[in-house]
Amino acid sequence: MPRLAFDRVACLRGGRLLFEGMSFALAAGDAALLTGPNGVGKSSLMRIAAGLLRPGAGTVTREGGMAFAGEQAALDAALPLGRALGFWAGLDRVNADDVLRGLDAMGIANLAQVPVRMLSTGQRKRAAIARVIAGSAPIWLLDEPGNGLDLAALDRLGAAMETHRAGGGIVLAASHQPLGLDDAREIAL
Amino acid sequence: MSVWAAIVWRDLRIAWGQGGILLPLVFFLLVATLFPFAVGPDGPLLARVGGGALWMAALLAALLPVERLIAPDATSGVLDQYVVRGLSDEGVAAAKIVAHWLGFGPPLLIAALPAAVLLRLDGDMLLRLELGLAIGTPALAALGLMTAALTQGLRGAGALAGLVMLPLAVPLLIFGAGGLGDQGMGALKLLGATALVLTAIAPFAAGAALRAMRD
Repeated sequence: MPRLAFDRVACLRGGRLLFEGMSFALAAGDAALLTGPNGVGKSSLMRIAAGLLRPGAGTVTREGGMAFAGEQAALDAALPLGRALGFWAGLDRVNADDVLRGLDAMGIANLAQVPVRMLSTGQRKRAAIARVIAGSAPIWLLDEPGNGLDLAALDRLGAAMETHRAGGGIVLAASHQPLGLDDAREIAL
Repeated sequence: MSVWAAIVWRDLRIAWGQGGILLPLVFFLLVATLFPFAVGPDGPLLARVGGGALWMAALLAALLPVERLIAPDATSGVLDQYVVRGLSDEGVAAAKIVAHWLGFGPPLLIAALPAAVLLRLDGDMLLRLELGLAIGTPALAALGLMTAALTQGLRGAGALAGLVMLPLAVPLLIFGAGGLGDQGMGALKLLGATALVLTAIAPFAAGAALRAMRD
């Protein structure tokens, strides 16, 4: 069973204390929405959850694989979208069908042959979420997944998160806009 | 395909796509072409100093791709994605060294053939040069990647890279060029030892630099 737990985690950035005593635990099917004003440490908390930042104090427990969608799409600009996602599918040990499933879920299956550098901001964001969907990791960490998405894409994102949770997955998302996570726990920073 | 092989293959593909493989090669051959213009068409003189000049050229050619080894992957978030997948920084650095060497070492060994002709090196000298480059280029690749990781994200990283990398490469240059002489086997053994040390520590140094960069 996947699990993601923070135990009295503190975050220090550049000698400044962003937050401390952060504790929560997410089990299979749980979702949490991280909210708060700009600069309060939402992204830092996401990076701590992803293992990209060391917490200043406290411990983070992760059980299960993680998929992270951050500020950058991490897709090779020169490659067609399908092949750029295919590289990550190889690393995640999933196959081309899963990539298609991800593209389909975000409504960009028609862009598979288009080079990543030609994609718009919103399309790139959709592609990054498609990678998360395709990767089949139980723990989803989404940093501002709604940025740049239109309403239709937001609906698709909501549906994808719903499906993921129904399948026993965990979603931790940071956002300043509603994401359609109805019964999600809200963590206000 | 294993995860590491996939990373090596991706890096090689990108290096090829961005001219990262051809550019150092052209630079190396260009130096070999220009050198006779600078010292004059004196065959015996060229044969005597040509091997050393080619080692210099190899060293400088190794510096050219440093800027594109780490920085693009750091800014595009690719390195973050590796970490999230549980890949160690040292492992990623090692895979990048392998990819960098594959795109740099063998082509340089091939380019050394026409370069040796241009500089009038005889067969024995060419053999010793190739042997030395085969031993030395993995260390040059490892140093290049380590430098790329250390200078990533700094302003003027390109100029700084030279200052960081070239002093560390001095032993390679000394033993590599020393191996060109008639009594060169001893120098080649020392070159091997130096190359081994540099290649062995580079993934750890680069991995530590990548970790420090995230904090």
